Amino acid sequence: MADHVLQVQHLGKTFGKNVVLRDIDFTVDTGDVTCIIGASGSGKSTLLRCINLLETPTCGEILHHGVSITDGKFNPSKYRAKVGMVFQSFNLFNNMTVLENCMIGQTKVLGVKKEEARQTAMFYLEKVGMAPYINAKPRQISGGQKQRVAIARALAMQPEVLLFDEPTSALDPQMVGEVLEVMRNLAREGLTMLVVTHEMAFARDVSSHVVFMADGVICEEGAPRQIFENPVHERTRDFLERFRNN
Amino acid sequence: MSSTLPQTFGGKLIFILQNYGTTFLRGAGVTMAIAVVSTFIGCIIGFLVGIVQTIPTDRSKNPVKWVVLGVVRFILNVYVEVFRGTPMMVQAMFIYYGASMLFNINMSMWTAAFFIVSINTGAYMAETVRGGILSIDNGQTEGAKAIGMTHFQTMVHVVLPQALRNIMPQIGNNLIINIKDTCVLTVIGTVELFYASKSVAGAYYWYFESFTIAMGVYFILTFLCSRLLRLIESKMDGPESYDLATTDTLAHTSGMNRYPGDSDQDAHADKFTASGSM
Repeated sequence: MADHVLQVQHLGKTFGKNVVLRDIDFTVDTGDVTCIIGASGSGKSTLLRCINLLETPTCGEILHHGVSITDGKFNPSKYRAKVGMVFQSFNLFNNMTVLENCMIGQTKVLGVKKEEARQTAMFYLEKVGMAPYINAKPRQISGGQKQRVAIARALAMQPEVLLFDEPTSALDPQMVGEVLEVMRNLAREGLTMLVVTHEMAFARDVSSHVVFMADGVICEEGAPRQIFENPVHERTRDFLERFRNN
Repeated sequence: MSSTLPQTFGGKLIFILQNYGTTFLRGAGVTMAIAVVSTFIGCIIGFLVGIVQTIPTDRSKNPVKWVVLGVVRFILNVYVEVFRGTPMMVQAMFIYYGASMLFNINMSMWTAAFFIVSINTGAYMAETVRGGILSIDNGQTEGAKAIGMTHFQTMVHVVLPQALRNIMPQIGNNLIINIKDTCVLTVIGTVELFYASKSVAGAYYWYFESFTIAMGVYFILTFLCSRLLRLIESKMDGPESYDLATTDTLAHTSGMNRYPGDSDQDAHADKFTASGSM
């Protein structure tokens, strides 16, 4: 109980009459690399967006170190500073350079001094191989490079856990490679990660825990070896089968 | 004296420029001062109103804020609709004489001019700014929220700078409209370019000649302003290229593709992590 970074309990989300998530239960511990897989429309991204409070859950609870973040009085800004997010569409700030993108959160949200923020930003930009591009604007770099900057921006906040919402889905195969390489290294260094992905090889090789979702519920979860080699549930088997055939 | 007056069109133009050049210049100066200052103040009004109109509110979460904002928004909507929906010339008369009749305030020519043009521009700019804010992709807001920025910080650092860039053409439009429309202030006695031209014209009954000069001066003013604003826009966009410190070691752009699962993957990854450890 002591070291649960995030606990999701009986989480539900509806958009109007559409039930998107039903009774979701799972836990993220420090150092976990959890991959959420499943068909498009199964609610994976919505779940991630609920965890970062970009969507308000309809029912259920999310606990951050045992404290509920879903009750009304909670201040989402402080929480979000500790739980980073990397988006499918990068969402870099178009009016800032690569370096400024990685500094703004530190200086404005964490209150870090400029020089220190700059050093931290440079450290993480070097880690993702984007240090040479500090003066570029987002419109001047490629998709893969943007995503690496977005990862550096999230890391510069030194989050407890980093959420990835299909980080490679908008990229061509070459760029997918460079982004996955960065993520692989982060996992190796012990960063707590929660990754929604369609990259099955990444889920199989890198994650410590795999969650398979279908139709808004968690169908099956467990160690990657178990999910990929001995799936219990019919739907998991179907899904993985289809992926292998492609 | 009348025998020395020029008879040709060109001669009359030269005569007016030589004798009343400074009158035109002074009029043009007043026109520009009112147009530039009022556009600026109008933009500030527009930004404030536009920002208030786009504050997100949740009735269930904060009912007090919801009610207060609702009232403020209603008042602002009335302001926008009234000042967009009535002619500036009528507003000028209404405000200038209304202020002295109802509140016993005798506005100076300058105060009245700045007030009327600013508040009129503000009404138009409010909608422009609202549109500018809506034009910014929601992903920008989500990106800012995701690193813990509040709504206010998101607005100031991320959304508004981009919205401002997007509405620059419209701000330019407003400035040019204001340069031309200050001429309606003659009804309250503001001696700007139109008033000056009219007085010169009245002195000799040379209407065509005097207003030919006015046409030229107005056009020069608006043309210069539109070019200047283009220049500011390209300054805002920043340089087309950027300085590269060294080469990017991870972008596989030189034909050496490496996909996840390749055998030499780990060797490369080790080199990569060696640059800094967590």
